[in-house]
Amino acid sequence: MIATLTLRERRIGLGLSVALAVLGLAMAAAARTGPMAVHGGMALILGLVLIFAIGGALYDHPEQGEDRLTRYYDAPTRFGIVMTLIWAVIGMGVGVWLAALMYWPEATPPWPATSFGRLRPVHTSGVIFGFGGNALIATSFWVLQRTSRARLADAVSPWVVLIGYNLFCLWAASGYLMGSTQSKEYAEPEWYADIWLTIVWVTYFVLYIRTLARRAEPHIYVANWYYMAFILVVALLHIVNNLALPVSWTGAESFPVWAGVQDAMIQWWYGHNAVAFFLTAGFLGMLYYFLPVRAQRPIWSYRLSILSFWGIVFFYMWAGSHHLHYTALPYWVQTLGMTFSVMLLVPSWASAGNAIATLNGAWHKVRDDATLRFMFVAAVFYGLSTFEGSFLAIRPVNSLSHYTDWTVGHVHSGTLGWVAMIVFGAIYTLVPRLSGRDTMAWPKAIEWHFWLAVAGTLVYVVALWNAGITQGLMWRAYDENGALSYSFIQSVEAMLPYYAARTLGGTLFLAGAVLCALNCRATMRTAGDRVDATDRPLAAQPAE
Amino acid sequence: MTTDPKALPGADPHTGNRDIDPVTGYDTTGHDWGGIRELNTPFPKVALIALVITVVYSIIAWILLPAWPLGRDYTRGLLGLDQNEMAMESLGRVETRRETWLAAFDDPDFDAIAADEALMARARPAAERLYQDNCAACHGTEGMGGPGFPVLSDDYWLWGGDPETIATTLQVGINATHPDTRWAQMPAFDWMERSDRHALAGYVSDLSGGRADHDGPAAVLFEENCVACHGERGRGGLMNGAPALTDDAVIYGQDEASVMDTLRNGRQGLMPYWSDRLSDAEINLLAVYVAGLGDDTTGGTP
Repeated sequence: MIATLTLRERRIGLGLSVALAVLGLAMAAAARTGPMAVHGGMALILGLVLIFAIGGALYDHPEQGEDRLTRYYDAPTRFGIVMTLIWAVIGMGVGVWLAALMYWPEATPPWPATSFGRLRPVHTSGVIFGFGGNALIATSFWVLQRTSRARLADAVSPWVVLIGYNLFCLWAASGYLMGSTQSKEYAEPEWYADIWLTIVWVTYFVLYIRTLARRAEPHIYVANWYYMAFILVVALLHIVNNLALPVSWTGAESFPVWAGVQDAMIQWWYGHNAVAFFLTAGFLGMLYYFLPVRAQRPIWSYRLSILSFWGIVFFYMWAGSHHLHYTALPYWVQTLGMTFSVMLLVPSWASAGNAIATLNGAWHKVRDDATLRFMFVAAVFYGLSTFEGSFLAIRPVNSLSHYTDWTVGHVHSGTLGWVAMIVFGAIYTLVPRLSGRDTMAWPKAIEWHFWLAVAGTLVYVVALWNAGITQGLMWRAYDENGALSYSFIQSVEAMLPYYAARTLGGTLFLAGAVLCALNCRATMRTAGDRVDATDRPLAAQPAE
Repeated sequence: MTTDPKALPGADPHTGNRDIDPVTGYDTTGHDWGGIRELNTPFPKVALIALVITVVYSIIAWILLPAWPLGRDYTRGLLGLDQNEMAMESLGRVETRRETWLAAFDDPDFDAIAADEALMARARPAAERLYQDNCAACHGTEGMGGPGFPVLSDDYWLWGGDPETIATTLQVGINATHPDTRWAQMPAFDWMERSDRHALAGYVSDLSGGRADHDGPAAVLFEENCVACHGERGRGGLMNGAPALTDDAVIYGQDEASVMDTLRNGRQGLMPYWSDRLSDAEINLLAVYVAGLGDDTTGGTP
């Protein structure tokens, strides 16, 4: 990492590390106790580690030559992939633990930090932001440079983004364990962590725009539209949903500025668009790059890409209120959410169809290459879960599915089947190239991982479909005398086999992810002589 | 270097397109991003048709249902639906079915109800759901209670096990926030010498086995401090919330360590009141059900 920086960049890095340490110290000193003090301590320690790492190596490495500017800068991507894998194991591991707790609630350890309510956001933030977010940032740097034929605009801000983002993830997860939350689903971290993430995110946006502005291609590739939409809209969602008034500047607690049903609407406008722009747009960017690269096929239809992109961007923004069917939210807002969710199906399927049609002429590769098969399965699950999403958004369907495990099954068909699969496909494409090799260290392990992941996803999703529909039907059943046919506890007892199956499915999926992490470690350890790739010119160089 | 695809070699000078893809037969758009190209495939008709279908569906929904905001109002939709009215209507339908038999519980003659087999056959499933959804969390799905929570399926009662008394307990709760709630305070005897507490705990725990020495100093302590609530020699039965100590049904346990804990800290067990959550008829129904829970057991005498 440090060897790839020039002396000037190292000095800037050292200055920023000092600033981080001072900020951490100030936070810890001001708060004195509680989560904010612990988080200040973490920032202080990280700042000090960086000061010693950069300061100790300030003059160790030969100065970078000007020729570096003709090459892509991939060191941040390598770091981001490592963080992706670490968070995958943490986030999915906690997920399996929680699944097991649903089956054996008696096994809850007697400490507050390990109660279900505190562990649950560690799982969701760990996989969405830790695993998914790092994967998005790491791949976006790789894709941006190659499709723009330009080196990242500078060498310091990618590190600010990655290290700052991972500090946010660490604050989030450790805060939950200490009971610190603002009780907004997928936006639990408190105000100071939110401000920190805003700074990191603006840095990311500026870096992306500056690099894109330097591109040597006349057109901006589809993947970059999606990555840009992801960065821009997530910033908007994050800021609006997290507007809050701290109780004091030296404590972790705060009050949201929104109240009542407006708060619920803002929260689910955020929540659903987090699915749209974090878990969909960014990963579609990933799909649009790695699928054609791996399949060696042109994108099937440029025109369809345009329809899907603008359709997804426009329709998703309206769909959030389908999370609040049959609530205090006015009926008309529910109708709008429902209808826009239904229209959303077409651009979603256009994306999935475009990806699958791109594989025409490369089906033999899908058969032989587990990496490409990951991406193919991702596109299929993307189609399936977007259909399911539009279907569940229809109000009468929602009256059966809402509050049941069907929702949880739907989310996991998207996150395991679509998001995680495309990330694994991208990782298996990237890691050998980041390591200066042709293949992963253990090619057979990719095949094992693929089948573990597919089996785990299917077992998990099918179990929770059954669980959710069973719950929905049991809850709404009345007998001829107007009495409920089942008590709530009976519906809980009916979940036992499905919760056991979901734990099994999650375990299979986790086993695949651990195998992937070990495979990547072995590959990176045996890296060849790697130099950053140089610009790849157009197929034919035009005469000046 | 030119950035105009139309000027690239092999490109169509009008469209910039080039390179026919051998698999699909389509030409490419002329762009190349690090090796990725795009086909110039025409817009698939099926996507357009699907888009039109979903848009038409949405427009129909907007015409029929409340949909678009108009300042302080909104479009009401031709069906004139209102979700509050719909919810109340659907609740009303269930309530009508229930009223046919639940009305009998409004002001009940409990003896007559218990004897009316036809009525109880209709009411029992509803009572069972009410019990499971409201009471089972503390008293157990089978009424078997738990540490600190009374067993309902035996014949030991703190306030009385007939339907009228149970109905009152449900209405006002125990140590609850209802103005007429039942009070049951086991005070802490932390002011007492530890050795005395120890002797008392030994005596009380012996009471249940009938092994207690009624002539010893502990018996005197018991006489002075405990009899008022727990009755002569701890026989209880005063139906004031204080248990008999001669049986083994004390909900906090009657081994010496548990009694020591009770004496040191006191006990103020809480049962919430239900008159703001359940209707009178539902409470009476539950009272009959709970009173019947112990009928098929052959426990000790109260």
